[in-house]
Order: sequence, then C-alpha cells, then structure tokens
Amino acid sequence: MSAPLLEIEDLVVHFPTADGPVHAVDGLSMTVERGQTLGVVGESGSGKSVTFLAAMRLLDRAQPTISGRIALAGVDLLGLSHAEMRRVRGARIGMIFQDPLSALHPLLRVGDQIAETLRAHGKVGRRDAAAQAVAALRRVGIPNAEERARQYPHELSGGMRQRVMIAMALVLEPELLIADEPTTALDTTVEAQILDIIDDLRVRQGIGVVLVSHSLATVADVADTVVVMYAGRAVERGPCDAVFAHPLHPYTWGLLDSIPALDAERARLVPIPGAPPSQVDPPPGCRFAPRCAYRIDACTARLPELTERGGGHADACVLAVPGRTALRHRPGAGRTEAAA
Amino acid sequence: MGRYILRRLLWTIVVVLVVTLITFVIFYVLPSGDPALRFAGKEPTPQVLAQVREDLGLNHNVAIQYLLYLKRLVVGDRYGWPGLGFSYGSGAAIAPQLWQRAQITIQLVLGAAVMWILIGIPVGVYSALKPRSAFDRSSLFIGLVFISTPVFWFGLLLLWVFWSTLGWLPGTGYVAFSDNPVQWAGHLFLPWLVLALPFAAVYARIVRSNMLDTLGEDYIRTARAKGLPERRVVAHHALRASVVPIVTLLAVDVATLIGGTVVVERIFNLQGLGSWVLDGALNQDLPVTLAVTLVATIAVCLLSLCADVIYAYLDPRVRPR
Repeated sequence: MSAPLLEIEDLVVHFPTADGPVHAVDGLSMTVERGQTLGVVGESGSGKSVTFLAAMRLLDRAQPTISGRIALAGVDLLGLSHAEMRRVRGARIGMIFQDPLSALHPLLRVGDQIAETLRAHGKVGRRDAAAQAVAALRRVGIPNAEERARQYPHELSGGMRQRVMIAMALVLEPELLIADEPTTALDTTVEAQILDIIDDLRVRQGIGVVLVSHSLATVADVADTVVVMYAGRAVERGPCDAVFAHPLHPYTWGLLDSIPALDAERARLVPIPGAPPSQVDPPPGCRFAPRCAYRIDACTARLPELTERGGGHADACVLAVPGRTALRHRPGAGRTEAAA
Repeated sequence: MGRYILRRLLWTIVVVLVVTLITFVIFYVLPSGDPALRFAGKEPTPQVLAQVREDLGLNHNVAIQYLLYLKRLVVGDRYGWPGLGFSYGSGAAIAPQLWQRAQITIQLVLGAAVMWILIGIPVGVYSALKPRSAFDRSSLFIGLVFISTPVFWFGLLLLWVFWSTLGWLPGTGYVAFSDNPVQWAGHLFLPWLVLALPFAAVYARIVRSNMLDTLGEDYIRTARAKGLPERRVVAHHALRASVVPIVTLLAVDVATLIGGTVVVERIFNLQGLGSWVLDGALNQDLPVTLAVTLVATIAVCLLSLCADVIYAYLDPRVRPR
C-alpha cells in the first residue's frame, strides 16, 4: 500500500506575538485517504484552519514556527521550495474558503479567475482555458455557464459563488480538496447542495476531501472519518458513525449536546460552559480540563495522548472508557463522583 | 451609461454658472477700487474715465454685466466664439491667449502627473511588499522632505544645480514640442519634477497603505492557493485593487493644478494659466480672471466625470445598470 494521500504527523504551529508564542496547533496527527472525506470539527481558534493553511504553506507571511510533517502522497510539503510548492497549490491540492464573496477577486470575471488557474499551471491557450473554465462551471451544476463565466462575483448568489470556488479549486483535477468551512457563510438549504456537489465530485474524480467545519452536523452526512479538535490538538478521531453513535471524549459530548435536534428528546440545548483556553499560555494537562464537567486531579497533571480504543476509534482523555461513557448526560453526578 | 454622462455634462453647465457668478460677485464686492480708474492712465479727466468705463463695459450695473458676459459666452463676441472679451490691461483678445497658455499649463500638469504616477506607484508597491524595510523607511523620510519643502525654494535650488552649476539642463522658459522636442522636454523637466515630487510622495504612501490592506484580503489568499506565481498575485490581483481608488484622487489633483501652478510657472518663467490668473486678480483684470476660472471649473467637472467613468470601468460593482 502506498503512502496515504495526506498525512499530518505531530504538527506544531506557533505564531510569534508580543505576548509570547501562540500555540495554534500543538502536536496534531491525522491522515486523509484517497477517495475519502475527512471531517475536521472544532470551534473557532481550535487550529483547524491553521492546520490546512500550513499544509498549503499559506502561513509563511506570518512567520510561524512549524515543526512536524505534512506529507502529500509521501512527499513532505514543508520541505518543498517555494517554486515546487506553487506547483502543488491548485494543481494537486485545491482549496476553498468560508466566504466566497471575499475569496473571489471582486474586479475580475469569474471565468477569467478560473482560466487563470489553468494558465498558471501549464501551457494552455487563452481560448482553450476559457472553454475549460466554462466546462468546470458546468460540472458544479451552474446553469448558463457561458453567461455566468462573464459575470463578476457580486452578480452571483452566495451558493453560486461557492460553486465557482469549487470549480476553480477542482479545474486541474487535484488529488485533494481542502474545504475550509465551505458552507458557514451560506443558507442551510444551499449548504446541503454544496456538500452534495463536493461529495459527488469526490466520487467522480476519486479525490480525497478534507471538510473543515465548526459543526459536527455539517460533516455528519459526508465524512468517512471525523477528527474533533480542541485548542490545537485532536481530542477524538474515528469513523464517522462510531463518533456519532458512541462519542468518547467529553468535549465531543458537549458538541453533540449543543446541536439542535428536531425530535423532542432533549428539551434544551446544552452549551459547553466557559471559553477555550489561552493559547499563549495553555493550561497544564488536558486542554479541555478547565471546562470539563468530569474533571479529576489527574486531568491537569499530564497531557493525554490520542489513544486507540478499538475499531479505529481513538480519543485523548485521562478517564477510563467504560466508566466515562456511563457518566455521559449526568454531568452533576460526574462532578460528585470525580470529587469523591 | 450614456444617459449618466449626459446628466453629468448638464450639471457642468450649472456649476460653471455658479462659479462665474461667484467670481463676478467677489470681484465687485472686494474693496479694491474702481477698475476703470486703474486703466485710465494718470490723472484722467472725467470724460476719459467715462470713456474707459464704457469701453470696458463697466457702465452697466453688475447684474447686467454678468448677463452680458453669459450672453457673449454663448453667442460669441467680436473676437469670435466663445466670447471671452479682451484683457483690461493689454486690450488683447482673451481667447487666443487662453488657448496658448492652457496648452502650456496642460503640458506642465499632465507631464508632472505622469511623473508622479511613475514614481509614486512603484515606490508604494515596493514599500508595501517590504514593510518596515530600509527602502520603506527611507522612502517615507524622503517623501516627507519633498512634501515639506517649499516649492519656490526647491525650484530655485534645482535651477541652481542643474542649470547654473552643472549646465545639464536648459534654463527657464518654454519651447514648443513642434519646434524642438529635446528642448521642449529639457525646459519642462525641472518644472515637472518640482510639481511631481510632493505628489509622488503622497501617492506612494496611499498606494502603500492600499496595497497592504489588499494583500490581507481573502482573494489574495485564494490567488496564492490556486498556485499563481507571486509576481502575478501582486501585479494582477493586488495592484489592480489597490490603484482603483487612485483614479479619483488623480483627477481631483490634476484638476486643482489647472490654474493652480502659480509658483512653478513663475519660477520657470512659463506663460501658463497660473501666472496669468495671478496677474489678472492683482490687476483687477476681470476678463482674465473669469477666463481662467472658467477653464479650471470645466477641468474639475470633466476630469471628475472621466474619473467616475474610468472607475466604473475598473470596478464592475459601481457600474450603473
């Protein structure tokens, strides 16, 4: 078996600031397989976007300290020269962003923006590139593609703009698509369409997809594997079904409890109390411990590693698995027992 | 678009009416004495004074004078169309002289504008690409020097260095391009430089800050994410968005200088509009003052219209539907 499509190993990204280094990503590992979707979930500041901007080497201007390994099909991207990395971007890894209006150049026609990607990576004639751009727009289900290609971003709807972004990211048929919160700025109905398009293209072009989201609900339908991130680290990783059916980590419980459900099983949404910890000076031990209802003394003593719990399902928690799952949905009881 | 331009042109006429009226009113309200007295020679007899007053058209009341001025402007006078009258001082017709002087001023201002754009934009872009570098800091410092140096001093200094000491450039005055292109450029080079450098400094700072803002935009990250070479990201994506606001600024600055380059024209002995309007205002030569005011007003209106049309061409988001 060849190397996985994308392999992130022990990634650390620190940004220098006046107050000291910000630990944006702090020892993160994950893998994306060909033809599969990896869902990466976490709240703002959990390091999910930074991780993939680091993979694209788009952080260079902020001059972060990066260590670890980010390998695309076995080749470490962090070791490539600028010229080599430029040929990877767009051609082998496509990326789409949260707000398609600000991510598209406001003064250029969308067709030209797609054609430009083609022309930057190979000897393609102007006319040929324009025709391929129209074809790419058609592939993401944009009607009247010829006409749309001549329009400017502000003339399109939010969903159309994100389709344009997808068309642009995939026009060179890359092996990997990184979608960084692709539906956060869109209506819920459009969200489903966009996720369908991405999933459809994944199947047709056999690409690997990273779907970054702050919401577990977004990745639930399309992800094969899910990684839950908290404060720059992975706290849980596993097959999508397993993570939803038997979530292991208290933070994942919190995320699931804060998803609105249409059935009346739960009367209220349960928010996670508190706020994410300082990333300049992270708390000792488990990063989630200060907000965790099941905290015991051992939690703040050492940083728990991601540990395999069977079936490819892993989590990073000090508590033993059987005892922990019994505690779920009884946070009050949990605290008493933990204190006892 | 055509309808929009037409509406703006009609507005220009309204603005011209208002501005000429204000010029008229200021001329007569200012306690500068009777213009007729000034041009009637030493110790004029009442008959001579009355004659001068009639010759200059000052025997009517102000409102009638203004209306007569407008009428001649529209239908022409004995010197042709548009009727701008004659100079009180020299007695010569305004129109031919206005045309000749406007040519000189326009060459001076446009040449300087080209120069400050060619200096300001590259310096601004390069400063933005390397913020807080030695280049950025020294361009800021040198720019501040140019902005704060008085034009008359700087102009004379350059003349002293390049004409009188080094002898590299011809001195003051004007040579028409059609007579001798090399002499034309040589005579205009220093005036262009003196006029352009303070503007170049300001434009460099504006382009720098626009460029820094633009480089932080999401669409620049997208351009990099699709693997464009950095040169193209900067030249095609970032620069384009950064210079669009410059268009409006350029139009206003150029328009302000039409009739506003008094000092430079004086120092380099260029017979342009600026030195003329100063003479006109000081000598109570109303037709001269009015003619230059008229040209300057029309320049402001037309250039800002041009700027808006160009802006709409560059930025599809502001195009009228």
